Amino acid sequence: MKADLSVNIAGVTLKNPVMPASGTFGSGLEYARMMDLSRLGAIVTKGVSNIPWEGNDVPRVTEVPGGMLNAIGLQNPGVDVFIERDLAFLKQVDTRVIVNVCGKSEQDYLDVVERLADEERVDLLEINVSCPNVKEGAIAFGQNPESLFHITQEIRKKAKQPVIMKLTPNVTGIAETARAAEAGGADAISLINTITGMKIDVERQRFVLANRTGGLSGPAIHPVAVRMVYETAQAVRIPIIGMGGIASAEDALEMMLAGASAVAVGAMNFNDPLIMLRIIDGMAAYCERHGIGRISDLTGAVHT
Amino acid sequence: MSTRDGAAGRPAAKKTVRVSTVKELADGICELVLTYPERERPENAVPGQFVMIYPGDGSHILGRPISVCGYNPVEGALRLVFRVVGKGTGELAALKPGEEADVLGLLGNGYPMEELRTRKSEGAQIALVGGGIGIPPMLELARQLPGCRAVLGYRTDDLFLMDEFQEYAVTQAATEDGSFGTKGTVLDVLRQGAAPDILCACGPLPMLRALKEYAAENGVTAFLSLEERMACGVGVCLGCVCRTTYKDAHSQVNRARVCTEGPVFRAEDVEL
Ligand SMILES: Cc1cc2nc3c(=O)[nH]c(=O)nc-3n(C[C@H](O)[C@H](O)[C@H](O)COP(=O)(O)OP(=O)(O)OC[C@H]3O[C@@H](n4cnc5c(N)ncnc54)[C@H](O)[C@@H]3O)c2cc1C
Ligand SMILES: Cc1cc2nc3c(=O)[nH]c(=O)nc-3n(C[C@H](O)[C@H](O)[C@H](O)COP(=O)(O)O)c2cc1C
Ligand code: FES
Repeated sequence: MKADLSVNIAGVTLKNPVMPASGTFGSGLEYARMMDLSRLGAIVTKGVSNIPWEGNDVPRVTEVPGGMLNAIGLQNPGVDVFIERDLAFLKQVDTRVIVNVCGKSEQDYLDVVERLADEERVDLLEINVSCPNVKEGAIAFGQNPESLFHITQEIRKKAKQPVIMKLTPNVTGIAETARAAEAGGADAISLINTITGMKIDVERQRFVLANRTGGLSGPAIHPVAVRMVYETAQAVRIPIIGMGGIASAEDALEMMLAGASAVAVGAMNFNDPLIMLRIIDGMAAYCERHGIGRISDLTGAVHT
Repeated sequence: MSTRDGAAGRPAAKKTVRVSTVKELADGICELVLTYPERERPENAVPGQFVMIYPGDGSHILGRPISVCGYNPVEGALRLVFRVVGKGTGELAALKPGEEADVLGLLGNGYPMEELRTRKSEGAQIALVGGGIGIPPMLELARQLPGCRAVLGYRTDDLFLMDEFQEYAVTQAATEDGSFGTKGTVLDVLRQGAAPDILCACGPLPMLRALKEYAAENGVTAFLSLEERMACGVGVCLGCVCRTTYKDAHSQVNRARVCTEGPVFRAEDVEL
């Protein structure tokens, strides 16, 4: 018997729970020749701002054991080019589209959300209030429960699509920020964004990244992410998209057992561009092996 | 193929290749020859293109960008020559014939071969300039564009690939310590004679900066192959950008992706 892999996020049905994490897949364009994009549960875009952003100086990326550090600084062409080019491309792809939104001020976020409001191709919005790599705004909104509550409320008023608030792990209590997002009207939560890190080149006695700090992602952060997804699932009722170091079907299933309704794969796309397809197949095989009819039954199913 | 057009380098999926040769060409300089599976052979390589080659050890998740030093489409044999500098290249150097490795690519836009061939047939003098570990990619260019002049910069007389350049190009060398050829850099060799009309180069950033200046002073058309830290190699992560004088295709903020719009750029298009 084939298991039903579909899941529901805030009223939107995804054909399976697997999607790329924002910033690790562009808008899918570059991978279109390598794989059938319509096999993915959704495509999550790189962060989109109201105007084009240059991003940080290079070096922007480096490898660390079990993962990588990045300080891209959200380089992107802005919402107008995004709609004209990326969204036009995505119209030809049979999957859900989640647009990741970034900003330096509250108004920046609202500009993008309003601009996307009438775009039918956009199924969900993911609000990045958790990027550690830009100086102003961004993470500041996500680290303080009051400001997170406020910005979620403002965005919720303007948005026509369901709103996913993307949370940072760089906080003392994830349950508290998650509750603030839920109270502000978030329709779903995604986590975790990267963990702030640093690498120093000892021979040259210099910072490796031009930005000095960067966000840690990849398999190294997976146990932290699982723990935070679990704590969040205990704290809120809205669905969770879990991410952080997913490298296999087993990692993805672990995230669901901890409480995620869907999962996103980030840095490991760089290791193997087809990894998400293998993960989907692996999850289906697991369901068959365990006689699970609906994969959504696994959400939060870890025995306590 | 335009160097401003990112689409040309859009790749197929990762392939598992078989190691046929591993050799040390000079101290710390390793040669790997890899064979693509029969039905997955790239039709051709543009000189200046590169591959991402992945360490087998799971704790190293990112591919290492290495340029094509040679490609034989009939055998599907890809030749890489690299300096062992860290964990990834160390692991690659320890591969044994018969073992497998994962490779993504060929990636990126190489040198503008059509333009170079046309200009050459019109009589343009072309110099191929390689410095240190920038030498290997120039060999495939010398092979596909025979009859150029090659200027190679080494640290010492522990030379590599020089004899092969001599098959295709009038070749001169410089060494930093003066133990072979001209003492100094590739610039010292270039300044000894008349400036070429066109210059194609790959090497360390200080060399590329000096060549950009030299090209501007002497009215030389220069194509430079840049290096930057990469994560994806295919244009999605925006990790590998360089500053450009034109609005880049992706974000229109004068930051082009070395992996996709490059790695070869016109000298006047980039700020180094
Ligand atoms: C387009 C391109 C073509 C290249 N072609 C060649 C070639 O033909 N021969 C050759 O010897 N080298 C080449 N390099 C440099 C080569 O990629 C690095 O030397 C190599 O990645 C080092 O890996 P490592 O694990 O041994 O070093 P580590 O220092 O352990 O690597 C750590 C991380 O930094 C990255 N890194 C380190 N140095 C560089 C560098 N100079 N450039 C880019 N990334 C770096 C690695 O890829 C890895 O992600 C090229 C680089 C680029 C961008
Ligand atoms: C290169 C890179 C770029 C990223 N860009 C964004 C972004 O634009 N917006 C965002 O919300 N998260 C961004 N992230 C964070 C990821 O979406 C994800 O939350 C994080 O990397 C953890 O997942 P992973 O360990 O699977 O990579 C980026 C991560 C990486 C590695
Ligand atoms: S390496 Fe990712 S965009 Fe170039």
